[in-house]
Formats: sequence, structure tokens, C-alpha cells
Amino acid sequence: MIKVVEPGLLSSIQDNGRRGHQESGIIISGVMDTFSLRIANMLVGNPEDEAGLEITLTGPTIEFLEDQLIAICGADFSATIDDQPAPLWRPVAVKKGSTLHMKFSKVGCRGVIAVGGGFDIPKVLGSKSTYLRANIGGFKGRSLEKEDIIQSGERSSQSERIFKSVINHPVKWSVSNAYTHNVYDRSVMRVIPGKQYHDFTEESRNCFFEQDYKISKQSDRMGFRLDGDNLECGLNGDMLSEGVAFGTIQVPADGQPIILLADRQTLGGYPKIGQIASVDLPALIQKKPGEAIRFEEISIQDAQNLFKQREKEWQELKQMINIKLEGLDG
Amino acid sequence: MGVTYHPLGDQAVLIHFKQEVSSEVLAEVQCLKQAIQKEQPDWLYEAVPGYASLAVHYDLTQLVQEKDPYEYVVSFLKGKANALETSNSFKQRTVKIPVCYGGELGPDLEEVAEHAGISAEEVIKRHQNGDYTVYMLGFAPGFPYIGGLDPAIAAPRKNNPRTAIPAGSVGIAGKQTGVYSIETPGGWQIIGRTPEKLFDLNRDESFLLKAGDRIEFYAITEKEFEEWQR
Repeated sequence: MIKVVEPGLLSSIQDNGRRGHQESGIIISGVMDTFSLRIANMLVGNPEDEAGLEITLTGPTIEFLEDQLIAICGADFSATIDDQPAPLWRPVAVKKGSTLHMKFSKVGCRGVIAVGGGFDIPKVLGSKSTYLRANIGGFKGRSLEKEDIIQSGERSSQSERIFKSVINHPVKWSVSNAYTHNVYDRSVMRVIPGKQYHDFTEESRNCFFEQDYKISKQSDRMGFRLDGDNLECGLNGDMLSEGVAFGTIQVPADGQPIILLADRQTLGGYPKIGQIASVDLPALIQKKPGEAIRFEEISIQDAQNLFKQREKEWQELKQMINIKLEGLDG
Repeated sequence: MGVTYHPLGDQAVLIHFKQEVSSEVLAEVQCLKQAIQKEQPDWLYEAVPGYASLAVHYDLTQLVQEKDPYEYVVSFLKGKANALETSNSFKQRTVKIPVCYGGELGPDLEEVAEHAGISAEEVIKRHQNGDYTVYMLGFAPGFPYIGGLDPAIAAPRKNNPRTAIPAGSVGIAGKQTGVYSIETPGGWQIIGRTPEKLFDLNRDESFLLKAGDRIEFYAITEKEFEEWQR
């Protein structure tokens, strides 16, 4: 059980999203950084898709009302637990009455806090994710507020074993920098050409791959608006709404691209110039407003091969973490 | 079935049909969607229909053993689409929706009448006589985009969208009509309200409508509206 002392800028419960209801107008939602959630859950002995707390730009202050096992992954919010620096990317046991305090993120934009046993909140249409605009799911359908008290679920035997060990012998290892570097440290986003790519003028297509784009302040979980030179498309206003995905880059009539993210609408009516390769999404969503990105073309085959490679690395990492977790004394 | 296939990133395929809003294309989209869903391959997340398209989202982690996962999914989809040409088994439901027109529940009825140059009564009559089909749902949970509005009562969106439109509000935007499923900001011209809930998590079937449904609107009085809500 945790109590929210300060909610931070935008803290909400998210899992891997609400799938299977887009045809009824229900957006997927879900965590922005799927890798952080996956790893954080693994570190506290949860299933990979358990819901965690997603935090944004300025982290929350949380009081623990019982002993808890947590893992913080993603951006660095200079977290402290009872004024002692709190390590990222590793399981941490927290004693009842302790306070986790987080500040403005130094590097990156979003983090995930997983707790052993997950959060004990009901699934709505198959998911614990918060659908903020429709007030569905998550904790009361909204982002966290001061004084909220959230129940955690019962720890699995694996989670309990990690907790018992870590509370007596804090671990000294973390998920390797080499791994996180590989996932997060890039500003060039690889893009698969979209359905309407060839409807853009040749000049616009070149311009799209040649310039830096700045992420606008008007960006949120729904999408990143980009600032750059205008792109022109011959289809203006003449398109029927159709499906979109996480990372779809659509260009409205004003010529400024928008990258659709976790809270994207189910259908879009603007031309899609491209789609960011899945492997680059965790790096993308860690960018803050004002930061710059560039685009680079990639084929669908190469994008899927990169995904396969990333999955392989993830399986290896998972094995390593498992060995470490198994090695803890009970 | 004359369709084309396009990558929608590395975890979805976008199937394009003839780009028009018509009941023929709607039936094709729905038939193909049902054929795909019936098979339930373990890599299938969901198939999302647009007016003349179907976005098939897949779980790439289930396909990492495939040499070319995209081609694998497309060839599955082609198989389904080709088999469909001989069968056309799309059955439409008809859903009747009661509407209390005008007054406080339909504050823009007069504006729509003025725009059309006819009486409010005539707008109500024509709205009930439409040949309506739900083309797709989107924008909000359970919000239907309904085609088949009498063009005589088509009306542009409001210049200043309202900050809160109550759930159940029946609106007109261009040649479309629709029903607000939850309270949300919006710019449609509101001509009435239904006591029916289009989206209710407490119901077994959370969504009243699905794409492909035929809709019949019928008028009820304010008194009937209130009784319905009890």
C-alpha cells in the first residue's frame, strides 16, 4: 500500500494497454516505455505485463504504508528513499514508513515504478491502464493526486523471495548500462514509409529526412507535435479515416508532423508519411519537449530484423537477471 | 476482392479497399474482418476497420521465428481475402434508437433548420427517415460515425465547439450524424438526445453499436425520455 504525498507532473497506472476494443473506439493507452515496464516487473518478480506507475518529467513523492519491494526504471529523477540515493534498474526493498522522493528528470522524460505484487486495482476491458480522457481504468480513471492511497497486490512466491533477500542484503548489481544505452541513446529515428508517403511532394519527402525536428511543448501521451519546415501532401483533406499505430507519423494540413503515441486515437484522417520502427520507440518517448530528433528511412524487413535482434537481447538479459535473482539467499 | 496491403509500421498491416464510403465497401471490410477474427491466429491482436480499410495489428514477438514476418501476415490475409470473393455472408442488425428532439436536449435544432431553410419539424421528420448505417466507431468509446443522413439537413460543425456535450446527444456534422457516447467536448450540431446508453461498462455488452449496424431513429417526448432514464 502506498500513499501519494506529491503526485508529480503526470503519474498514472499503466500496463501494456487495452487491446481488442479499438473497433469500438477504445484507445489502447498503456505504458509509453514498454521496456522499462518489462524490466521493472521482472526485477520485482512480477509477470512482465503487470501494471506499474508511469511518471513524467517531475516524479512523485510516495510514502510506503507497508514493507514493499520496488524497482525504478527509465529516466533518472534523482530519486531518494529517506534522503539516501535510490538506485535505478535493480530491486530495492523499502521499509514501512519510508518516503520515496523524486525530482525533475535529469536525463530522459519518463520512468516506471513497479511494486512486488503489482497494483491491486480492477481490470477494465482487460487492462489496468488509465484511459485519462475517458476516465476509464487505472486508479479511479485518472492520474494520481495528493493523498491517494493505492493497494498493492499480494506478492508472488518469487516476489516474496526477492523481497526477503533484498531487505537484509541490498543488491549491488543493476541492469547493464550497455543494454540500456543500446535501447535509449539515439536521436535518429528509423522510419518505415507510410501508406501515403508517395503522396507527399518529392521536396517534402527529402526535407523530412534531411532536417532536425524539435519536439514541441504541445506534446503529451497522445502524441509528439514536431516543429520543422512544412511538409506538403497532395491529398490534403481528401482522405478517409483509417487505422493508426504507436509511432505513426501523420501530417495535418498545417504541414507539421505529429507522432502518435500510447494515447493515440483509434483512427486518423491525416496522411501518414511514415512509422517509427518499434525498436526506436523507447528512445523516442524519453525525449523532452525542446529536444531534437531526425528521421532515417528503413525497410519493413530491416525494422523487423532489428526487432528480432532486440528480442534476442532481451531474452539474454532476462536470463542474466534470472540467474542474479535465483542467486539471492532466501 | 480488390484490396492492397501496406505496412503500418512493423507490427500492423493496413488493408486498403476501394476508397469510397459505400455499403458495398463496408460489407467487404466487415466480411474480411470476421474471416480474420474467426481464425484467431495467436499473433493477431485486433483488426480495426476504417471507412474503407482494415488495420490488422499483430504481435511480432509471436512471429520472430518467421524469416519475413510481414510477408507471412500478408500472405495469411491474402488467403482470407481471396477466399471471400465467393461468399458474402455479411448480416446487418437493426438497432432502434429513441430520440427526444429539440428543446434543452437539442439546442441546435433551430440552427440546423435555419441552415436547411426548413422548419424544425421537417428536420425531425427527415432525421428519422434516414437510411442509416454505422460505418465505424472512434473518437470516444462507442461513438458511432453514421452515414445515410438526408443531405437536405447536412450542417457544418459549430464555429466554437462546446466544452461539454452530454452523453446521448444526437448530432449532425456535415453529411454525418452521430451520438455522443460519453460527455466530452465537441463541435457537432446537437438536435436531440437519446436516453439509451451507447457505452456502459456495467453492461455485459459494453457497446450498444458496432460497425455495420443499421440504425433507426424514432422520436419520443420529453416525458418518455425522463421515464426511460428511471
